Amino acid sequence: MLLNLNSAAMEASGRRPRLLLQICLIFSTLILTFFSPVVRSSSTLDLQILSAERRVDLSSHIIRVSLTLKVENVGTSPASEILLAFSPAQVDHLAWIKAGALVGKKRKKSSLPLDVKPSNILDGPNGTKYYSVFFTSQLGSGESVSLEVLYVLTHSLEPFPVEISQSESQLVYFRDSAVILSPYHIKSQETSFRTPTNKVESFTRVEPTDRSGTELKYGPYEERPSYSYSPVIIHFENNNPFAVVEELVREIEISHWGNLQITDHYKLAHAGARQKGGFSRVEYQSKQPFGGSASFKHLLAELPPRVHSVYYRDDIGNISSSRLRIGAKKSELLIEPRYPLFGGWKATFVIGYGVPVHDYLFESADGSRYLSYSFGCPLAETVVDKLTIKVVLPEGSEDPSAVIPFQVEQRLEKKHSYLDVVGRTVLVLEKKNVVPDHNSPFQVHYKFNPVFMLAEPLMLVLGFFLLFVASIAYLHMDIAIRKS
Amino acid sequence: MVATTVKMEKASDLISKLQALLSMKAWKLKTKQQELLIRVSILLLVYVLAFITRLFSVLRYESMIHEFDPYFNYRTTLYLTQNGFYEFWNWFDSESWYPLGRIIGGTLYPGLMVTAAVIYWTLRFLRFAVHIREVCVLTAPFFASNTTLVAYFFGKELWDSGAGLVAAALIAICPGYISRSVAGSYDNEGVAIFALLLTFYLFVKAVKTGLLAWALASAFGYFYMVSAWGGYVFIINLIPLYVLVLLVTGRYSMRLYVAYNCMYILGMLLAMQIRFVGFQHVQSGEHMAAMGVFFLMQVFYFLDWVKHQLNDPKLFHAFLRITVSSAVGLGAIALGLGTASGYISPWTGRFYSLLDPTYAKDHIPIIASVSEHQPTAWSSFMFDFHILLILFPAGLYFCFKRLSDATIFIVMYGLTSMYFAGVMVRLILVATPAVCLISAIAVSATIKNLTQLVREKPKTTHSGSAKGTTGTKTSSKGSFDQSLPFQKNGAIALLLGVFYLLSRYAIHCTWVTSEAYSSPSIVLAARGAHGNRIIFDDYREAYFWLRQNTPPDAKVMSWWDYGYQITAMGNRTVIVDNNTWNNTHIATVGRAMSSYEDEAYEIMQSLDVDYVLVVFGGVTGYSSDDINKFLWMVRIGGGVFPVIKEPDYLVNGEYRVDKGAAPKMLNCLMYKLSYYRFGELTTEFGKPPGYDRARGVEIGNKDVKLEYLEEAFTTSNWIVRIYKVKPPNNRW
Repeated sequence: MLLNLNSAAMEASGRRPRLLLQICLIFSTLILTFFSPVVRSSSTLDLQILSAERRVDLSSHIIRVSLTLKVENVGTSPASEILLAFSPAQVDHLAWIKAGALVGKKRKKSSLPLDVKPSNILDGPNGTKYYSVFFTSQLGSGESVSLEVLYVLTHSLEPFPVEISQSESQLVYFRDSAVILSPYHIKSQETSFRTPTNKVESFTRVEPTDRSGTELKYGPYEERPSYSYSPVIIHFENNNPFAVVEELVREIEISHWGNLQITDHYKLAHAGARQKGGFSRVEYQSKQPFGGSASFKHLLAELPPRVHSVYYRDDIGNISSSRLRIGAKKSELLIEPRYPLFGGWKATFVIGYGVPVHDYLFESADGSRYLSYSFGCPLAETVVDKLTIKVVLPEGSEDPSAVIPFQVEQRLEKKHSYLDVVGRTVLVLEKKNVVPDHNSPFQVHYKFNPVFMLAEPLMLVLGFFLLFVASIAYLHMDIAIRKS
Repeated sequence: MVATTVKMEKASDLISKLQALLSMKAWKLKTKQQELLIRVSILLLVYVLAFITRLFSVLRYESMIHEFDPYFNYRTTLYLTQNGFYEFWNWFDSESWYPLGRIIGGTLYPGLMVTAAVIYWTLRFLRFAVHIREVCVLTAPFFASNTTLVAYFFGKELWDSGAGLVAAALIAICPGYISRSVAGSYDNEGVAIFALLLTFYLFVKAVKTGLLAWALASAFGYFYMVSAWGGYVFIINLIPLYVLVLLVTGRYSMRLYVAYNCMYILGMLLAMQIRFVGFQHVQSGEHMAAMGVFFLMQVFYFLDWVKHQLNDPKLFHAFLRITVSSAVGLGAIALGLGTASGYISPWTGRFYSLLDPTYAKDHIPIIASVSEHQPTAWSSFMFDFHILLILFPAGLYFCFKRLSDATIFIVMYGLTSMYFAGVMVRLILVATPAVCLISAIAVSATIKNLTQLVREKPKTTHSGSAKGTTGTKTSSKGSFDQSLPFQKNGAIALLLGVFYLLSRYAIHCTWVTSEAYSSPSIVLAARGAHGNRIIFDDYREAYFWLRQNTPPDAKVMSWWDYGYQITAMGNRTVIVDNNTWNNTHIATVGRAMSSYEDEAYEIMQSLDVDYVLVVFGGVTGYSSDDINKFLWMVRIGGGVFPVIKEPDYLVNGEYRVDKGAAPKMLNCLMYKLSYYRFGELTTEFGKPPGYDRARGVEIGNKDVKLEYLEEAFTTSNWIVRIYKVKPPNNRW
């Protein structure tokens, strides 16, 4: 069964008091999306970017880009949205995007979150894709606004050379444009890239270009027309762990008896340059920092506080190399796979733990329950290519629905666990390309009658009772044909 | 805690003495009910004890499969539960014995796997969401618990219920049995000992009662045993021997006739259903004794009938002479013809090595190379039996004093199995139930006699009240002993002595279980310099690396010891494994390991080998590594390929790896793979680099260069080293 609900609509069904507001919101969104082509035709070209500053952080394999724009409406009609353009290569790797309007003066600047949606305009030149940022209020003619956009790219560093030997350090390519791709005219702009180390093999020069230390600066460029693009390639050293979880299946099992059991199945891979030749233990042991500079041997997982019964194992048994530190705010689990991971090597493992259920399970005003738990992967600085969250609701629960701050695929499943007769409802949430920025709470609402909690103990009692009755009956019965 | 529990069980008769006190109070149970209650609760305690004493390994390490063979059993069980019985029965495994493969269904005893799968399916049906691994890990302890029940009934059948209880308690913790049935030791023996004892018990019961039902039950017990373990050959030879002894001693009866014929015929037919056994019951030399006794039985019956009909001793004697000589002659001719025509296969090497302990050493190096096939040392008897070794003769004495069909059986079982236990270490396991039962008779009889002596006095003072439950055959002995001075004090002292011995036994068993028999051997544990526990998890590290980072169809060559583990944990194809069915194939691997690298490369190319795995203990001091096993590889390789000569690897008959080693040794593949780049490593402070800690020498060839292989992976403690075989060079 496939439940493909609009997250906003689900939010509406969950919280009655704010229904009116929600409906208004949906309505306005609908109107906006409906009329947007009309609005765009009049407004897109009428916007102009006064100044743009882009900072690209290349220090890990997750690329974080922050973009500060000052936008002015030079047209006659008010504008309600601004388009952000991405090259087709980038939009495939775009994991997460957030925008905010900067308000206030220099010192007391604060960011007001804005709505960002993939735009349905298809006819961009050279396959350019757009995201729309909606202003909270329409931008009147001649007015200007400051925007801050943050987005995260994954799988965008291409190792070159593709294969390296154990002791070599890893060099990667990053391809981008020196100027910002935008459907608007940009008056003044500059871009800076921050590399993890000083070691930069080469980079494309688009004057003025300046490099100092780990900072590589392009610009300022003045008066660039819309859809300007000047490709650059940066070739630099990046030995940070390219830890990619190819698939993470996370099972959250709710028990109203007091435990929330979380089981994470990981398929971890080193997505950096492939290992060439053999692995030498002598070199790895004796020349520690350089014996395997591009490899990584441990990862840090951030677990909730008050976690208990933590285990870390794989298909063939327990992995004895892990350390757990339990704190008041968070617990930290340092896991070491069975072997250090070099480029292209893989490891699968399972981390499981329990947390007290009352930390995460609440009862809403209308009597239904909801679970609020963090979405995303607990491993620090990792990309999850495919994340599947399975929320296993207790037996007998009804009407599951999820409230998630971003678009995910949802469906329902059944699961049989200990002493289940009808099976438990499982709400499956699937999302591709997940980064640590997705670690925000999501909610699952469902209805549950506490009587069902007694079903399993009663079943056991009944079972034993029948056993005893049967044995008493057997002892008192004589089924011999012939009396001896 | 275990010690006290056992002591309590042993004190069952003492407790029954307390019944007199209890019955005086307001407890309204009848004596018989009290006895039943005590008996059942003791049995229950023993049942639980047998289970929990085997859980040391789970507590110390984790719920995991141990050793080598259990990994194969686990893998097949997994396959059975995933694909169903028919797929399992017809399974052709292409992941082992590359390129030959192995017909799994036709070359294994499926009893264990089917048992575990049935338990698993039952639990699943009852909605217990257990993992198949947990079921496999706990199968052996579960069956050990069941064995205690069988031991109880057997002891009851042999002697009385007191002896049964003692037997159950003794076998529950006997190290000889625990060694093969700790949690995780998922091997055939785990269920086979249960099946063995059950078959024997049911057969003795059948002989005692002469009921078809018991004989039928024992045939099914035999079928289960055949399906579970190759050791069923012991049953099919012991039972005819027993029948023969009964015939010779003039104890022939209709009961015996019914029991043996039913058990043999049905058991044989049922056993033929196991593919691995097939027609061996009528075709192999090892099973001919049973058939001979079967025919003898018919002759006996016929003679009995003729004797009855003739009613003339003289005529009958003449007839007897003719019939017996012609029957023996016919049998001999049939056997001779069968053997000559090849219909009846001669005895196998394994069977010969049982009868002649030196046979394997001279003829079958592959059997002799396994440590559990070595002749037993005296110390291991003491280690595995402890006080039972002394109680065993005492029990035999009691058995001879009260000779019956049942005690004759246990005497024969005890004596034959003791002989086999002396021939092969692993057969101590088969002797254990017999030793426990016979010792239990000794303990029970002794304690009973002593307690009766102790109770003499109260009997005279509170006349009547002390008439306990156990006072069955007291009278004559009691009155006879009355004349002896200090007899009561002496009896008390002796009783205390017995309890002291039994408590020592319990302590010893617990200690042995926890120290010697509960390590999985896959994970090695050592004590660090500060008393902390260090875990060497290198095997799993290597196997998991193979599983994750090599192509799925990669072929791994290693010595056969690790074959099962590589297929089960590494999920990769192996050339040879622990099912040593093809000696030539193993010899080929042995030859590759003992050749120079270029020669070995040709062999490896012909076998499509992609990776070579060796086990090396030079860094950690782990002594059962491949260098120490190497001479066996040379011997087994040389047994088939005369190119390999053992003296080439020895210097003056001495096996060395240091500078004085033989040149062939220093340059053979095994040496190179084990010591590649080892010369650069300092293993111990104050020793030169390249110091081998397992053998305590500095290695002789520190500059090992590999031409056709490259190091692919070495585990963190160097215990497992994996090499990749390079593809052939381009010809242009």
